[in-house]
Amino acid sequence: MAYAAGVDVGSTQTKAIIINEDREIVGRCLTDTGANVVIAAENSFAEALKTSGIREEEVEYVIGTGYGRYRVTFGNTQVTEISCHARGAAQMFPGTKTVLDMGGQDTKAIRVSPKGEVLDFCMNDKCAAGTGRFLGAAAAALDIPLGELGNVAMKAERPVKISTTCTVFAESEVLSWLGKGKKIEDILWGVHLSIASRSTALLRRVGIEDEITFTGGVTKNAGMIKSLEQALKTKLNVSDDSHYMGALGAALFALDHILAGRVPTEEKETA
Amino acid sequence: MTETKTDELVGRGNKEGADLFREWFDSLADAAKNGRGAAYVFVMGSMAELLHVFDFPLVLPEITSLQTAVRRVADTYLAEAEDYGYSPDICGYVKADMAVQLRGGQHPMGQIPKPSVAVMSNACNTYIKWAEIWERMYGIPLFVLDVPATRQAGGQFQPGSSDFERDRKYVEAQVRELITLCEQVSGKKFDIDRLRESLGYANDMNEGWRRVLELNKSKPSLFNAVTDGTVYLGVSNNLRGTKKGSQFFKNLVEEMEYKAAHGIGTQIVEKYRLGFVGVPCYPIFRRFSEMFTEWGGNFVHSTYLNFASGGGNLGYQYDVNRPIESLAEGYLISVREAMDNMFHQDRVVIDWVKNYELDGVVYHPIKSCRTVSTGLADGRRAMMAATDVPSLFIESDMMDKRVVSEAQMKNRADAFFEGLASRREMAKVAQT
Repeated sequence: MAYAAGVDVGSTQTKAIIINEDREIVGRCLTDTGANVVIAAENSFAEALKTSGIREEEVEYVIGTGYGRYRVTFGNTQVTEISCHARGAAQMFPGTKTVLDMGGQDTKAIRVSPKGEVLDFCMNDKCAAGTGRFLGAAAAALDIPLGELGNVAMKAERPVKISTTCTVFAESEVLSWLGKGKKIEDILWGVHLSIASRSTALLRRVGIEDEITFTGGVTKNAGMIKSLEQALKTKLNVSDDSHYMGALGAALFALDHILAGRVPTEEKETA
Repeated sequence: MTETKTDELVGRGNKEGADLFREWFDSLADAAKNGRGAAYVFVMGSMAELLHVFDFPLVLPEITSLQTAVRRVADTYLAEAEDYGYSPDICGYVKADMAVQLRGGQHPMGQIPKPSVAVMSNACNTYIKWAEIWERMYGIPLFVLDVPATRQAGGQFQPGSSDFERDRKYVEAQVRELITLCEQVSGKKFDIDRLRESLGYANDMNEGWRRVLELNKSKPSLFNAVTDGTVYLGVSNNLRGTKKGSQFFKNLVEEMEYKAAHGIGTQIVEKYRLGFVGVPCYPIFRRFSEMFTEWGGNFVHSTYLNFASGGGNLGYQYDVNRPIESLAEGYLISVREAMDNMFHQDRVVIDWVKNYELDGVVYHPIKSCRTVSTGLADGRRAMMAATDVPSLFIESDMMDKRVVSEAQMKNRADAFFEGLASRREMAKVAQT
């Protein structure tokens, strides 16, 4: 049995996935990237190996992806996370035509072919508005753990309108709404709606087509899923492994490489 | 013999272009030293052919500004203009030039002379507001040539039609007014024979430019339209209407014809032929190009080479027997072409896809130039609807490194090439 791995070194978190040749996930790890990107990549791969119960030498090919892809020093090659998210999404949800990947500092809209090839893509531009960082700034301003943000927000009754597009200014706008006596949940839902609106605009630039698969770290936020589904007026494909989609795509590309390098059985026999 | 010829010709245009560029800056420094007032002009409709008749040193502030970025000091110049009060959101060329003016003409390539007149077309609205600053700063006259743009859906007025003739006469009247102004400012009488001479040189340059662009249809392509092309473009602007400019383009055509005949391309193995739409990213000029060449992508054409040459790509030939009338006609046709390459680039690019056999198109909108960037998203949609060629939309700036994120740009470029590679792979599979 051949094994392939993908290591996705993102701005906030590093993800590693190991798959077998049936394209099943057999090991995974999620860790904070921190300041040392090389160590983060190594640790996440080592931890994924542990969870899979297989040895490092059994993994025939490793692909690095994400912003730190060139720092995956043990990797065989690199592929951008844009291609990897598209590939992973098409594997996990075969009806995928559009992918929205929301990470720590990037949001990407990707139009994909049935085979998971990138047909067009668009990203936020040198600004963290509309990304996970925007949520992080709001969470910090309101002193709420990031993991609880979505659930608190979904209790909103009269959401405020967040007008700033700047992540730094978002914090002061949140505080100004607090000063006006607005409820925390109404402010937070406003933040979610603001991000959903920016993401929808990004998706429109590549063309929105069902099914839409939501990937990246922010998929853990139920409020974000709900606000996006409201804005897009459709149900999103999300799974517990959506956070790992980039790493999964990288592992799938790695498996392609392994399989492409094999001599078909018939040819072997003839030889 | 062939090897000797190859050594002599290949790369000559880049070397001569760099030398002429240096000479041009040196001539400006001499003019500044001798207190000669320059004509400040712009790349889209410089009127260099006419201004040479009055011996004005020509300063092209777009070029002096972009050189601060290429020489990696633009951040200092931009900061000085912003400290003075200019907004971070306005044209980076304007701000770098303002810093040069505030420094008394000090520029990394040498001293820049002060203006005695500013001449511009209406191809860019910022030209006019920019020149008004010099007008206030130095009390100089400015002259705006109002060029009727394409305003007929699906086409331009062509010579021979009454509509075109009305437009031409409108421009000619302005040219005659400009001649009077130049006589007043320079103290020199207009000499029509010198204009004829200048137009003759410009004819050589226009024809050379048209031919060089045409020759890049060769496979492999002969030069990189973003890097090499910008060197040639510099000569086409700085030395327009001069003997040296004329000779440069004759030599360049010889080099390119030789390369085409011998299948000599650029330094890379050409895997993908790309079109470029917009203004280059000067703060990381070489690195930007490498993001594409390291994947085997070569830019075979660029709208920049069309609009920033003032429409010189058309190869318009002046009739030296009726110089003023013909100057007006050439100016109208060429500046209109420059505007069309900014505002109707979709038609230009769709044509390239077929004629230059493009594999992809890169759109590069820039933060500090709305004129060039505003319509690019629409142009891209139109191109993608009309062709089956993928495109990349990559945003940065032509001057301001603060809004140039190299890591993000590389990520986009890498993903674009991954898509091109997978597309090519699929096409192969489909054929078998």
